[in-house]
Amino acid sequence: MRKLGNQTILLENPPYILETSSIVGPKEAQGPLAKYFDQCLEDEFWGEKTWEKAESKIIKENVNAVIAKSGIPSTEIDYCFAGDLLNQCISSSFGLREINIPFFGIFGACSTFVEGMCLGSIFVDSGAAKNVLCATSSHFCSAEKQFRFPLELGNQRPQSSQWTVTGSGAAILSNTNLGKNCPQITYVTPGKIVDMGVKDGNNMGAAMAPAALDTLITHFKDTGRKPSYYDAIITGDLGYIGKEILQEMAETKGYNIKSNYDDCGVLMFDKDAQDTHAGGSGCACIGTVFSGYFYRQLKERKINRILLMATGALMNSTSSQQGESIPGIAHAVAIENITNK
Amino acid sequence: MKSIETKQEYLDYVDKKSPNSPILRNCFNAFWVGGLICSIGQLIFDFCQYKGLDDTMSSTVVSIILIGIAALLTALNIFNKIGKFAGAGSLVPITGFANSIVSPAIEYKSEGYVMGVGGKMFTVAGPVLVFGISTSVIVGIITLFFI
Repeated sequence: MRKLGNQTILLENPPYILETSSIVGPKEAQGPLAKYFDQCLEDEFWGEKTWEKAESKIIKENVNAVIAKSGIPSTEIDYCFAGDLLNQCISSSFGLREINIPFFGIFGACSTFVEGMCLGSIFVDSGAAKNVLCATSSHFCSAEKQFRFPLELGNQRPQSSQWTVTGSGAAILSNTNLGKNCPQITYVTPGKIVDMGVKDGNNMGAAMAPAALDTLITHFKDTGRKPSYYDAIITGDLGYIGKEILQEMAETKGYNIKSNYDDCGVLMFDKDAQDTHAGGSGCACIGTVFSGYFYRQLKERKINRILLMATGALMNSTSSQQGESIPGIAHAVAIENITNK
Repeated sequence: MKSIETKQEYLDYVDKKSPNSPILRNCFNAFWVGGLICSIGQLIFDFCQYKGLDDTMSSTVVSIILIGIAALLTALNIFNKIGKFAGAGSLVPITGFANSIVSPAIEYKSEGYVMGVGGKMFTVAGPVLVFGISTSVIVGIITLFFI
């Protein structure tokens, strides 16, 4: 493992993504990617009494599912990196309190899933761990309650607002592929905090796009790679507005990503039929779309090189009320099929 | 497109990129739904007068019935759909006020009846009450001393 350029880390023993798992809520289950998710819930409560308990259950069950799928006993998972959007990350810590794996609670807003993968892969590459679990969750109802208004309030959502994805994504990183065909994490580019002064909490895509641009360009400069190296460049939840901004701004900087770039917030919902305005958002947006869709594409070798970049808006409801602008962040990992076919 | 360097350039660019709400359609829907709610109120008012109630009593009955209906529709998860369609049309009449109190009461019931329902019930309507009551006090003082 060594540092390249300004902020990228080259993983010399690239960890395998041994297994992933995803659970999504009922609205996501009506979206275009529904068939790729491991489990689709029929209602948002999932038999619990509160939204918060439901979210904890989602991450707990998803973590159990990914461990079961991987074939590795939970006692052999050395560390767990998890986080979510609720205050003090209670979904993760409450959901995983019985799991008995050393736990790092992390907060990177909607960038948490890739932040966990960055840290986890460094642990595995360095030899500090053989197997690491990365997990995240978000829930539309608990997020609305914490960040916006009660669900039953009869207000109108602005066209630029995004829809928090209900669900959980989880992945197990390992130093062995157990003889299976697994994609590997080759580079890690942690992002800087970038704040271009956007204050509108209903326009997160625009607030996060400059951070995504910064990480994207830094990754290319540090690694010497070109956008065309990747079969897919995927951001977390920039949505329709942020996606267009990133694409256009990257072009002005000399990076053309039009042909291979997409965003999980755009892919998750059918904008017109599902009335989700600017697209999906939340930790689970990239968590579930990667775990459900892109991981399968990698395993089936339909794509072989992907730059996965999760974006986060580092704000809370108090900072918004105090008129602060929204700092954005974006963390990237390069995931590649490098073993022989 | 030229490269964006400053915050102001970026904010102007974001403004151009962000879609506006469909104002004409929203205004039209707000107009007819708001009008319909007020017409229902007027119908109830006229009915009360027909039954022999005076003006003050009739107004009170109208308020009680509209608040009751709005609260019920909020609990049935219908009012938010009307609100999404009609915007200010259902928000500005007393129905919106009822909805803004009942919706947090439902949402925060999970934190208990005292700190949840009781403590959070006015989180949305609170500012309306504070500034509405303050304004009425000021107007009252002006009326008392100067008019």
